[in-house]
Amino acid sequence: MHFYKLILRNSMRHKLRTGLTVLGLVVAFLSFGLLQSIVDAWYHGAEAAAPNRLITRNAVSLTIPLPLHYREKVRAVDGVKTVAATNWFAGVYQDPKNFFPQFAVEPVPYFSMYPEYRLQADEFAAFVRDRKGAVIGRKLAQTYGFKVGDTVPLKGTIFPGNWAFVVRAIYDAGDAKTDTSLFFFHWDYLNETMKQRMPLRASQAGIFMIEITDVDRAAAISEAIDKQFRNSIAETLTETEQAFQIGFVKQTESIVIAIRIVSFVVIFIILAVMANTMAMTARERLREYAMLKALGFSPGYVAGLIFGESLAIAAVGCAIGVGLTFPVGSWFAAQMGTLFPVFSVSGQTVVLQIVSALAVGTIAALLPARRAARVRIVEGLRAIG
Amino acid sequence: MRLPVKYTLRNLWTRKLTTILTAGGMALVVFVFAAVQMLDTGLRATLVATGQPDNMLVTRRGANAEISSGVDRAQASIIESQPEIATGAGGKRLVSKEAVILITLPKRDTGQATNVTTRGVGESAYALRPQVRFVQGRAFAPGSSEVVVGKSLAERFESTSVGSVLRFGGREWRVVGVFDSGGAAFDSEVWVDADQLMQAFRRQAYSSIVARLLDAGAIDALRTRLEADPRLTLDLKPERVFYEEQSQALSKFISYLGLTLSIIFSIGAMIGAMITMYAAVANRVGEIGTLRALGYRRSAVLAAFLFEAVLLGAIGGVVGIALASFMQLVQISTLNWQSFSELAFSFTLTPEIAVKSLIFGVVMGVVGGFLPAVRAARLSIVDALRAA
Repeated sequence: MHFYKLILRNSMRHKLRTGLTVLGLVVAFLSFGLLQSIVDAWYHGAEAAAPNRLITRNAVSLTIPLPLHYREKVRAVDGVKTVAATNWFAGVYQDPKNFFPQFAVEPVPYFSMYPEYRLQADEFAAFVRDRKGAVIGRKLAQTYGFKVGDTVPLKGTIFPGNWAFVVRAIYDAGDAKTDTSLFFFHWDYLNETMKQRMPLRASQAGIFMIEITDVDRAAAISEAIDKQFRNSIAETLTETEQAFQIGFVKQTESIVIAIRIVSFVVIFIILAVMANTMAMTARERLREYAMLKALGFSPGYVAGLIFGESLAIAAVGCAIGVGLTFPVGSWFAAQMGTLFPVFSVSGQTVVLQIVSALAVGTIAALLPARRAARVRIVEGLRAIG
Repeated sequence: MRLPVKYTLRNLWTRKLTTILTAGGMALVVFVFAAVQMLDTGLRATLVATGQPDNMLVTRRGANAEISSGVDRAQASIIESQPEIATGAGGKRLVSKEAVILITLPKRDTGQATNVTTRGVGESAYALRPQVRFVQGRAFAPGSSEVVVGKSLAERFESTSVGSVLRFGGREWRVVGVFDSGGAAFDSEVWVDADQLMQAFRRQAYSSIVARLLDAGAIDALRTRLEADPRLTLDLKPERVFYEEQSQALSKFISYLGLTLSIIFSIGAMIGAMITMYAAVANRVGEIGTLRALGYRRSAVLAAFLFEAVLLGAIGGVVGIALASFMQLVQISTLNWQSFSELAFSFTLTPEIAVKSLIFGVVMGVVGGFLPAVRAARLSIVDALRAA
């Protein structure tokens, strides 16, 4: 009992120093948590992918389209349930910095593949009826204040010209991983317009979204699809939605790695601060420790005092840091708008925060505790802070 | 009267562990601060080196990258015949009509399929980009299925060495040369004959037109004239401006992220400096009292402690810059969102960044050491001497 009391009293001796150290720890663990969450957000697309969805794209690269008539051939492959032509639109809403993903999709097959996009039946029916209609996510609607019935003008980049769509439906998230910052409209509308404006580029699909009946046969079905088009003018590459999304993330991997490294650098910075605090504390109290030893306390007890104080300070800093990660995280997500569509602090992040707090607390006390445990009583009594 | 510099130096030396830890924390912050700016500078240097000052680049109006652009043959000929365009050897116009297509190639170390820019170029391409030099092999023969690859591409991707074969567009393309464009974005590209590439992909339109202007200033007049031409729905830009815009999103991302991180991390390091300096003051109360009794003024004490903090910051700054300078050996490659393809660039240390980082370190020291120094200076002589 005395042991814990001593630790508590010791850590409160220099209130300012302890307070500053705790503040430093809070800042460090908070930024560590946020950086880890940013890395997680990077992978959200892969996390949200369903195993029963495949994507067929041009084998040369995603930017080269596939002929529309491939759709029927894909549909005929055994194991394929639904196929939907899909295009990345990349339109600009007012200013290029207002970025949100836009897709031209075939409504009925596409949305049947994505049950996690919760739509109201009457709104969806209105969307299907209106060729210039659009379906948007709840988060997107909130960010720009779009309501059902609003017209959204987009300036085309890949598909030139000015486009206007009328919001007919707003979807909600089916689970925590669902991205509700997307914008969908009729693929047919895109195609009909292209037929008039640039006939050479009409009747081409960016990718085909595919739903399969049997998840275990995903690899075999992918191969069967690609085999159909081998040695044709547009060879295909079919992969699971998850592999497709990971392929994207991998290409920006060096940024993710850099953020990861930096998030550990902050732990080292705080380790230096914490170790400094403990080194100074132990140095000032060397005489006391010698006194304790002279009274008959073991070196282990003295070392324990230092470890205890270090861990206690680290624990308090970590607890406040973790506690703040959640509100600051949701504030940050709100500020970022549609840039990080899914941003949440995962359990793993919290565990990492706690583990690194324990490590910081332990390592910081290592040298001072060794010194205090080893110091000869006579020397210690002679020492001056 | 000022306190001798030696007093401060020996104070730091006596508490080596504390000095090392405090300066080490600041060094890490300065390292992050410098590394991020080096990265941003490297990225800009790459894209600025890509554009020649008197070249202009023509894309379809509204297209923000070459891959989403299209310039048909008739439009290309109109551009080519403009009087502002320079002529090269043999009286040929210095114009390269280019087709840009993305292909995916596997990376050598991870096998990760990555988007690579493949540029179909005209005969004048080398004259328009004088920075391009062959380090291995030769240029592709016009009208053949031969390709040449950029230096950093050849280092990082499979089957891109001279003599190997790339497969795309239903053809086999033999690699016949490796070129170095002096750190420009072309180092991450594959170059082929434009007509061959368009045939392989059944493309009817070029992606962009690059042309050398007789006078770089003539572009405004040319743009005004061509915008009035209803046959052309094109954008004209100095090549350098175009490539700067290509890096904007990535550059902004890097500098925002870097700035935010530097600020947050510096709070931690400043707290570290503050703890150290408060302890330094607390331990030396008696000493300070003696110094004041000897006749040193408050300002002298303030200056001595501030100087100690500044030294801590400066040590951190120097160590941080030294650490960051090693990053120049690292080359980073990532997807550039605007061109949607792989771009390699390196950390570039400039004197400006070094100076800024050093100042950043010193400022951290000053901010961290100011309050403790004020406390030291405000001690009254009698109290301080009694405390000892």
